[in-house]
Amino acid sequence: MCLAVPGKVVSIDDSADPLTGLIDFGGVQKQACLEYVSDVRVGEYVIVHVGFALQRLDEESALASLKLFEELGLLEEEFGDAWQQAARDAGAAAVTEEPRESEAR
Amino acid sequence: MKYIDEFNDPELARRLLDEIGATATRPWALMEVCGGQTHSIIRHGIDQLLPEQVELIHGPGCPVCVTPLDVIDQALEIASRPGVIFCSFGDMLRVPGTDRDLFRVKGEGGDVRVVYSPLDALELARRNPDREVVFFAIGFETTAPANAMAVHQARRLGLTNFSLLVSHVRVPPAIEAIMTAPSCRVQGFLAAGHVCSVMGTAEYPELAERFRVPLVVTGFEPLDILEGIRRAVRQLERGEHRVENAYARAVREDGNPAAVRMIEEVFEVTDRNWRGIGPIPLSGWRLTEAFRAYDAEHRFDVADIRTEEPAECRAGEVLQGLIKPTECAAFGTTCTPRTPLGATMVSSEGACAAYYLYRRMNGPTPQATHAVREEMNPVA
Repeated sequence: MCLAVPGKVVSIDDSADPLTGLIDFGGVQKQACLEYVSDVRVGEYVIVHVGFALQRLDEESALASLKLFEELGLLEEEFGDAWQQAARDAGAAAVTEEPRESEAR
Repeated sequence: MKYIDEFNDPELARRLLDEIGATATRPWALMEVCGGQTHSIIRHGIDQLLPEQVELIHGPGCPVCVTPLDVIDQALEIASRPGVIFCSFGDMLRVPGTDRDLFRVKGEGGDVRVVYSPLDALELARRNPDREVVFFAIGFETTAPANAMAVHQARRLGLTNFSLLVSHVRVPPAIEAIMTAPSCRVQGFLAAGHVCSVMGTAEYPELAERFRVPLVVTGFEPLDILEGIRRAVRQLERGEHRVENAYARAVREDGNPAAVRMIEEVFEVTDRNWRGIGPIPLSGWRLTEAFRAYDAEHRFDVADIRTEEPAECRAGEVLQGLIKPTECAAFGTTCTPRTPLGATMVSSEGACAAYYLYRRMNGPTPQATHAVREEMNPVA
């Protein structure tokens, strides 16, 4: 969770409060709060941590970081199924998240 | 240099390593504070590529690892209660409390949910007005702006069924605690890049001056880390001790002022207990009086839960850089990712997990090494 992943701002919802945008993390797209980088524009790269953009980053650095994180398997850890991961680690059957989990998205 | 071909720019990596080798005329010990950096270092074998006079010591920069056992037990207690939806980041699921973890609580019927962001937990509270939604708010300065925003929004929306179980920690007091420990060997720091993305570097010059240590703000990629080491060694050789920013593309001197303002509105500095290390004065944040109504510790009356840590786990010494994971007798024997004694073995940023994952199996005994290998390759 401490991982801060660079992503590209795909769209911005100006009407959202707090300010929200869709961010692309090398193929995985997620909503993130843009309130702390409120003058960011579509197409720019930001560092996102637990759903919050914290700073801008240049494209070259962002793409290099994304490649590294993918190689390390950290993107899967960040965006993959945490219950399956925990079950694997425990050597146990997964306790699955019910469909209601999607309510949070 | 067996790993160097894996660097995204092997030539630059070689040049940086050569320069570090040419600069270092005597032994230096540097601490990387951030768990993400630890994993990058072990994964790429940076500690093994460095000239032998430069030693890297792993620091306490894994928020999951330093969350105290009694707070984990508080979380397990709250998560077990009927009517509660307990929300956490995924990497807290397998952190061991006294006798179970959140994964087990879920299996026993507790409503534990994994969220990606604290705002997801807030949304759950909005949609489930008849349930109490509790978010496990751990983390360093990087995570604090997100958690602060969640509770700020909760108040603004008038949500009364949302609260945070807060165990926030701050890096500068940890650096101070490390430097004042009698057994401290650290001579320079690679400061955590993303913590500084939020907080800037204003807190560091005083530490650099008082303890006469270079503090080089460093990123996470292998080349970032080598560059941070190069600058720290250069300062040490010159007898300098100042703050340098080697991660300028993501760190401004004043950090992110909007994020800092939000932290200061919602949180106030407090003493915190660090798992395996003990209490460090002024090393954390708690909700201010104005937001105390959103404090799960009081709402669920779990503040009195106090737990002793198991003596067998030496995670505290690992977190302070006093021993390497493999120097712990439990490493790879009684303590593995499946049967962790401490959080450093389960967290994705824990030093013990990094050593285990990347098979640094030169453990304390041949038996330990054998046991680990068997578990990693059960068929062989």
